Amino acid sequence: MTTGLDPTVTPDGSTSSGQGLRRKRRRPYALYESIPTKHYVSIALISFAALLALWSAASYGGWVQNLFLPTPTQVWQSAVTWASDGTMWDDVRISVTRILLGFVLSTVVAVPVGVLMGVNKRIEAAVEPPVDFIRYMPAVAFIPLTLIWFGTTETQKIVILFIGVFFQEVLLIMDNVKNVPRPFVDMAYTLGIGQVKTIMKVVVPSSLPGIVDTLRICMGWAWTYLVVVELVGANSGLGFRIQSAQRYLDTPQILIGIVVIGILGLGFDFAFKAIYRWSFPYLSPQGR
Amino acid sequence: MSDLLVIDHLSKSFPKKKSDNLLVLDDINVHLAEGEFMALLGASGCGKSTLLRIVAGLEQPTSGGVWLDGHELVGPGRDRGMVFQAYTLYPWLSALKNVEFALSDRPARERTDTAREYLDVVGLAEFADHYPSQLSGGMQQRVAIARALALRPRILLMDEPFGALDAQTRGVMQELLLSIWERDRLSVLFVTHDVEESLILSDRVCVLASRPGRVKEIVEVTLPRPRMFGLQDTVEFRDLKHHVHSLIHDEAVRATGLEAVLARGKRP
Repeated sequence: MTTGLDPTVTPDGSTSSGQGLRRKRRRPYALYESIPTKHYVSIALISFAALLALWSAASYGGWVQNLFLPTPTQVWQSAVTWASDGTMWDDVRISVTRILLGFVLSTVVAVPVGVLMGVNKRIEAAVEPPVDFIRYMPAVAFIPLTLIWFGTTETQKIVILFIGVFFQEVLLIMDNVKNVPRPFVDMAYTLGIGQVKTIMKVVVPSSLPGIVDTLRICMGWAWTYLVVVELVGANSGLGFRIQSAQRYLDTPQILIGIVVIGILGLGFDFAFKAIYRWSFPYLSPQGR
Repeated sequence: MSDLLVIDHLSKSFPKKKSDNLLVLDDINVHLAEGEFMALLGASGCGKSTLLRIVAGLEQPTSGGVWLDGHELVGPGRDRGMVFQAYTLYPWLSALKNVEFALSDRPARERTDTAREYLDVVGLAEFADHYPSQLSGGMQQRVAIARALALRPRILLMDEPFGALDAQTRGVMQELLLSIWERDRLSVLFVTHDVEESLILSDRVCVLASRPGRVKEIVEVTLPRPRMFGLQDTVEFRDLKHHVHSLIHDEAVRATGLEAVLARGKRP
């Protein structure tokens, strides 16, 4: 329909007279605007691709010496060799065993102690100040001492993981427990429920989502301490593999070692997030 | 008529740093008969919630005490069913499990049947499997009422239970509570700051004065029962409302510390 006298007709059928009545175009990037998951994933993939492109340009293009930055091909070949002779699986198995032992041990102590600190000021007063003090001593600084005490044993590695994780973990769990809304506890009391049962049936379930999130964050720290402890005074594991590759200037092996650690860490993170979604259906708006 | 609940010479003060204790409740004397619905009405800061928390056993009086069926109360117990203003349903439990939680002393089978029965009383039988986050504010409070009723308490204690709801929902909730009360003849102690709410619901309104909280007057609500929709438009209601309003108005002004400011406007 084109009559020269008509006001402009926009494609969606709305008319505008060009005198300030025109619908303003929506800002393309509104603050906090949500986007479809598909878009999110594509943007993330583009971001990874850009990193790979940059790396390729720098290595194949010869901007950086091969010794410092090997090409993707070299790293891939190194990965294939490492995986096919079976040593990669040994390294992964040893490192994962260490991290699980250290993390589980620390968590088994931190959860009950943290819960008790959260609900009882006297226990908090007894435990919190010394824990705070130790927390500020870098776990890494304990490596020489633990080497003297335990040698390059598995115990030494677990001890460092424990020192690195426990003292942070226990305080975070205490805070998770303190965040339980007080009316939840009052309610339990008015229903005639005793203190111990209130802890088990109200305080713990109420703080559990927070605690699981704390465990996820602590697992991240555990990975850092694992690698540090394997770089210094170990003869097996992923950190050791990187350390020995450095001696032979085997940069592809170093890089693939780092990537494998990253992938494993990400995997654990995903696992925790899955546990979270699966365990706490009531936190998502649509329920089960 | 024998008294179900006796609040006798009850005072409560909170310790304060560097000065005298803060007196919150001063020599409260209240008697509640079996089957009576009493409102505790007062401006914010008059200690009405503290009084209810003491009756619930969540706080201890400084002097005096509370007797239920002739026994002095020393802590919380299943003989009193409490409904708080804030939503206190446990978010990790379904509506049904929340009500069952109050029945943890009964056998499992009976627990479920009783919980279903009381969800039905508040009209939420179909929502038994919903989590609190999937329910509206009014529905959550209905589950909370079902939970308190399921205890079969001697007295129901309600702390501004409808305070967080919008006006329409509040009106319907008041009707629901009245219908349950008419049916079961519960004894209820109901804290509110809303004059109309106190008159619609209760047999007597205990008006509290502020700082320190003390009983200013106990007003008999002579309005006929069952109370129907439209009650608020009757002359009797308006007269009572005017009387209670005037009691509470001075208190509200005093409690907000605005006497001087408001007096300014009245000067010629």
